[in-house]
Amino acid sequence: MSYQPTVSQLIHLADNALILGHRLSEWCGHGPALEQDIALSNIALDYVGAARNWYQLAANQINSLQDKAAFPLNAQGEATEDTLAYLRDAFDFKNFLLLELPNGDWAVTTLRLLLSASYQQLLLQQLSTNEHADVAAIAAKSLKEVTYHVRWSEDWVKRLGDGTDESHQRLQAAYHELWPYIGEFWENKLALPIDIASMQAQWLAKINQVFEASHLPQGVLPTWHQTGGTEGIHTEHLGYILAEMQFLQRAYPNAEW
Amino acid sequence: MVTNTISEAYVWELLAQVNDPEVPVLSVLDLGIVRAVTVSLTANENAPQVTVTITPTYTGCPATDLIAMNIRLGLLQAGIPKVNIQTVLSPAWTTDWITPEGAAKLKAYGIAPPVGKSLDNAYLEDITVPCPRCGSNDTQLLSAFGSTACKALYQCSDCKEPFDYFKCH
Ligand SMILES: [Zn+2]
Repeated sequence: MSYQPTVSQLIHLADNALILGHRLSEWCGHGPALEQDIALSNIALDYVGAARNWYQLAANQINSLQDKAAFPLNAQGEATEDTLAYLRDAFDFKNFLLLELPNGDWAVTTLRLLLSASYQQLLLQQLSTNEHADVAAIAAKSLKEVTYHVRWSEDWVKRLGDGTDESHQRLQAAYHELWPYIGEFWENKLALPIDIASMQAQWLAKINQVFEASHLPQGVLPTWHQTGGTEGIHTEHLGYILAEMQFLQRAYPNAEW
Repeated sequence: MVTNTISEAYVWELLAQVNDPEVPVLSVLDLGIVRAVTVSLTANENAPQVTVTITPTYTGCPATDLIAMNIRLGLLQAGIPKVNIQTVLSPAWTTDWITPEGAAKLKAYGIAPPVGKSLDNAYLEDITVPCPRCGSNDTQLLSAFGSTACKALYQCSDCKEPFDYFKCH
């Protein structure tokens, strides 16, 4: 009777963390100021760490299956966090499309993080009280970190919105680019054990509070949205991320250092 | 045999000598990341099995693997060959577990220790972080993310020195 996460649910949670973490890590060495470079690298590390935890849990589940041939396995015939991250192709990834979009400018980077981290915060709050002890533990751990991500991205979005004409215009452009992708948050196609309706209301209230301080019009949930990520139908951008991230393991299988 | 008589208290003493790689004035005990120590000996073994249970500070903290290795090395050097390190995620580590001695060592090292309790809602609000050098309360946040995941960067308006603050977590 009690809840057992499915492999797909765990991989979805892991892929979201890994792909956003990878995107943010692209800023390392390119941030507009040293402090912000360090901030984004730290945030990226938080997500890659969360991805490791979810992949490990997914790998444990896979390894307990009778037939694990559908999953990438190492030389010992076991699924691991590494086989799941490095040896799956784009159509096996279940992350939201929003998270694989290119970083764009500072406005796109910070607004995307705000939209995503605010969703993550509500999601992890619910999962942290889940009856499955491992799910609850990973969620509780990540929740503390995501709380800082929300604060950091929120500060930047307000600063850009309330800054110069150019920063405001860029924020507005970022809004138009990203907003069509938020609908995937509320599909819950993988049936995570969460109360989506209450999350959606809280998320929109939080975002609109930030928008108000940023002199942006109030956001309304889109009637049409981009979709497909959780089913493995991705934008062209994911392939490029994987090409870079997986190159070494694909070219030199089982390489270690 | 000498090794057969290891007590848990002795292992705890050894752990007090294992330092955090990123904040080397703190031992793993000061940080509160060691959750349990057990020593077991079965009849047909000649050395006891020591199990140390640790919990990571930050999810993506690269120091976690290094800390586990340092614990293993510290115990090996003391003549304990069979060391098993277990990692638990629950309950999640919090800065509340940093001991008062740990907080004092942080301050002496020039890092402001966490202000308040991690579960206070106020932990994200504007808090007053006293300068670890001159004690002034007139300080300001420069960056919410510092040189490592656990720190934020502040500056003192009185002595003008920038300093690290160990964030509540
Ligand atoms: Zn001072």
